[in-house]
Amino acid sequence: MSSPRSPMAPPQSFLWTRRVVLTVLAVFALLPVYVMVSSSLKPLQDVSGKFQWFPTNLTIRPYFDIWKTVPLAKYFLNSLIVAGSATVLSVVIAVFAAYAVSRYKFRGKRTFTITVLSTQMFPGILFLLPLFLIFVNIGNSTGIELYGSRAGLILTYLTFSLPFSIWMLIGYFDSIPRELDEAAMVDGCGPIRALFQVVVPAAVPGIVAVAVYAFMTAWGEVLFASVMTDDQTRTLAVGLQGYATQNDVYWNQIMAASLVVSVPVVVGFLLLQRYLVAGLTAGAVK
Amino acid sequence: MTATVTPSSGHQAGAVEKTDNGGARGRRFLPRIPDRIRQGGLPYLLLLPAVVLELLIHIIPMVIGIWVSFRQLTQFFIRNWGNSPSAGFDNYKVAIDFDAPIGQALLHSFLVTCAFTVLSVGLSWLLGVSAAIMLQENFRGRSVLRTIFLVPYALPVYAAVITWAFMFQHDNGVINHVLHDQLGLTDKPSFWLIGNNSFIALVIVSLWKSWPFAFLMLMAALQNIPRDLYEAASIDGAGIWQQIRKITLPSLRPVNQVLVLVLFLWTFNDFNTPYVLFGKSAPEAADLISIHIYQSSFVTWNFGSGSAMSVLLLLFLLLVTAVYLFITSRGRKGSDV
Amino acid sequence: MRKARAAAAVTIVSALAAAVTGCGGGSSEGGSNESPKTLTYWASNQGPSIEADKKILTPELAKFEKQTGIKVKLEVVPWSDLLNRILAATSSGKGPDVLNIGNTWSASLQATGALLPWDTKNFDAIGGRDRFVDSAVASAGAEGKDPSAVPLYSLAYALYYNKAMFKDAGITKPPATWDELVADGKKISKDGKWGLATEGGNLSNNIHQVFVLGKQHGADFFDKDGKPTFTSDGAVAAVKQYVDFMAKDKIIAPGNAEYAQNQSLQDFSKGKTAMVLWQAAASTFASQGMKPEDWGVAPVPVPSGVPGTGAQTNSMVAGINIAVFNNTKNIDGAKKFVKFMTSDAEQTLLNKTYGSVPPVKAAQSDPAFNASDVKVLKDTLATSAAPLPQVANESQFETTVGTAVKGLWADAAAGKPVTTESVKAALTKAQQQMTP
Repeated sequence: MSSPRSPMAPPQSFLWTRRVVLTVLAVFALLPVYVMVSSSLKPLQDVSGKFQWFPTNLTIRPYFDIWKTVPLAKYFLNSLIVAGSATVLSVVIAVFAAYAVSRYKFRGKRTFTITVLSTQMFPGILFLLPLFLIFVNIGNSTGIELYGSRAGLILTYLTFSLPFSIWMLIGYFDSIPRELDEAAMVDGCGPIRALFQVVVPAAVPGIVAVAVYAFMTAWGEVLFASVMTDDQTRTLAVGLQGYATQNDVYWNQIMAASLVVSVPVVVGFLLLQRYLVAGLTAGAVK
Repeated sequence: MTATVTPSSGHQAGAVEKTDNGGARGRRFLPRIPDRIRQGGLPYLLLLPAVVLELLIHIIPMVIGIWVSFRQLTQFFIRNWGNSPSAGFDNYKVAIDFDAPIGQALLHSFLVTCAFTVLSVGLSWLLGVSAAIMLQENFRGRSVLRTIFLVPYALPVYAAVITWAFMFQHDNGVINHVLHDQLGLTDKPSFWLIGNNSFIALVIVSLWKSWPFAFLMLMAALQNIPRDLYEAASIDGAGIWQQIRKITLPSLRPVNQVLVLVLFLWTFNDFNTPYVLFGKSAPEAADLISIHIYQSSFVTWNFGSGSAMSVLLLLFLLLVTAVYLFITSRGRKGSDV
Repeated sequence: MRKARAAAAVTIVSALAAAVTGCGGGSSEGGSNESPKTLTYWASNQGPSIEADKKILTPELAKFEKQTGIKVKLEVVPWSDLLNRILAATSSGKGPDVLNIGNTWSASLQATGALLPWDTKNFDAIGGRDRFVDSAVASAGAEGKDPSAVPLYSLAYALYYNKAMFKDAGITKPPATWDELVADGKKISKDGKWGLATEGGNLSNNIHQVFVLGKQHGADFFDKDGKPTFTSDGAVAAVKQYVDFMAKDKIIAPGNAEYAQNQSLQDFSKGKTAMVLWQAAASTFASQGMKPEDWGVAPVPVPSGVPGTGAQTNSMVAGINIAVFNNTKNIDGAKKFVKFMTSDAEQTLLNKTYGSVPPVKAAQSDPAFNASDVKVLKDTLATSAAPLPQVANESQFETTVGTAVKGLWADAAAGKPVTTESVKAALTKAQQQMTP
């Protein structure tokens, strides 16, 4: 992506600093991952004893037990549906809003951007209960059940990531030369077609960055999920707590389950990382 | 893909950062929009879904939350909470009476949160910027390292924090195993999840979780620095450390402004980390405001008082953000001239 | 122009807010019979896992359906979520028809008015109040009010001890007084082995233990009017005695100060500690590889050596109650379901499965409840257990005092002195944080 920036080789002092700093950071970043992996391969007796770097009684049983202790597959599917839908919707809505702000002059624009940004500061605790009550009342008066349903959680999470997403995309759209969509419109495209045929394709990295952010926000949220879900719609963040029962904490299974649910996310994330960097470059860096 | 986009976002190669800002700002405030598309309510239509959702999920619940903060909403009224008695400003008075125990505890928790946020954000930035600068140049293993550094950001919060709780155990945790058993740095195993060390543990977990984000943002920003600046500097005889000080760090200023603010808000309001690490009652040394308010409302079922504390917190955050933006944007304008 | 618009926006928002707040939760008392063919039941997590609970309860619910034609929709709610879910249900009026609650929450939930009060008429519908053990009914709501729930599974604390470790230390019988316990503990506490285990980070457990010790010192944590009295000499002495097991007597490993997830049971089953005070730990020990003959069960020590009432109390009344949600749309069905769950047959079967004691007297005669383990629990419940204070702000009590004790454990573990003054200071702070 970028080649050596200076014709001169860096001095030894820099190289050594670099080696040390990068090693320390890599160990710091990976230590919990290592602990997760090694603990998930131990029997319960060993995880609840003195820590061992290498499992002495290697076992893969935790990986089978995790499905029996809690309905992990169901929780996983719920999380996937909730986080996936929240991401898609959040991105679409943020694209529309950011396009309007970036390309149009209209009354209330400043009020809109400032209000949306300030919602980023709302402490979740303050509106958890009110939001829950609104959902229940909507359900009672219209029959649309938001409480306890995935739909309610999707709406909530997609709104959580909206402020940051809109804000990032405004920056990104601003960096796309206006001449491009103007040219498309001169060619007879409507503004919406110009958005989808010109602006969105040029903004793919920014959109990916926003999508990843929205997904991670929804995937890890604990507080709202614990009040807003039931048996059928429980997500992973809450469901993983099921491994700590009244009498026992199945540490090895927690670690195994954490790994199982992390791997797809981490892989997806890492596959997308180059878009992320490019997306952030233009979006937030402005 | 990246290659095709970077130039378009890299502002027509060679442009100096100063002009970029001017350009962006000028464009945003003086849009050159052809007359025929300015008509009609299209922008409003585009904003509609976002506005509706913000109203439904954020604004109206918050208005209700503010209303609750003026109510005496305890378990006696929770069932018919619309009819809970008015509390006037009582909830606020109790919360900010710093001579009385409840106000004192809130103040303590607020100060702990401030210290925690400053440390976590500061260190996250430091680690992020170090890693970004060290990875700016190409060398073998660079992309592997970059991938490794992003893993903490990609791991689901719950899974990651519970692993840290596991690692910080007194008897069986890996941290004490290394510090005490293997390196012999401490006379006896330390406690990390109770007592004063719990603050350190909290900062470490929060740092671990948020520095990759700082790294990601800063790495992106570094790609915007035109390479000829470095070339010119090295022809003038500047060494690598000087280049970092004179070119790299100053050109990160705009991204720092955003990054620090975002990290500040996320860290200050963070609920997931302390909740998973300590459960419903955090040790005094690590009693973050989010958990404190959670306890004051959800554990003890006193929503009026909890809401009043949240509103105070919100006012504080708004104030800090406004002041921060005012100062940094003024500073930026100054440097632009 | 702009101002007018802002004003309009404010009006709309506040109108919306008013519309939402206008309709709160509660409907009229007693529920209705709109949907007589279905019930929703929230069960608490009693077995080794949520899935295990479902397997245990599903056949019983099928029996109930066969008897009455009512289909029960079961949800097993993890303990970490249960109270929040009940809270949400209470404030919205949208909840299950029948639910399990921890019996220490009874008075708190009673104060919300969300649960059906069990007056004589309602009790008669399930066979009468006399069928239940007195102390269990006493832990189902504030004194002088109709209970807010019906006892379902009862538990009490007992002293579990490791027979082999006792033998190695030359101890022939389990301690009956605290002095004996400390003396025995000191004999055992060496070479990485410890006398007693505790869960210092578990707020509820802290409360259960200091409540009982408080009784033994003649102290209650609340007075007759429900006002907190955390700082009485008796309460301070009780808390100090408890923390001193680690701070002064050194029979508890310092690491126990941070335990909150039943690590003390794991230590016990690994032979690291010789004694633990717990409610029905047998199934956990078995699942961790101990054999029933490895451990013994004795009543929790009391000052005189003979458990009884008052200062010889040696356990709180622990247990799970079953309650009917006032907003139910199937009130008759809900009562039928409670009747079914508290019937002699179901009580015997379910309590046997969960290792608890039936609060229904007739069910206690089953031989399963006369085996040594459960018999100790049963006798304790019958003769020497007292319910935790049944006050509306019980959860605040657990939080404030439980946290204070947790902080004292942290001090003891770090080697800081734990004195009467420091205990009193911690309790004073806890008391001041109780909102009136």
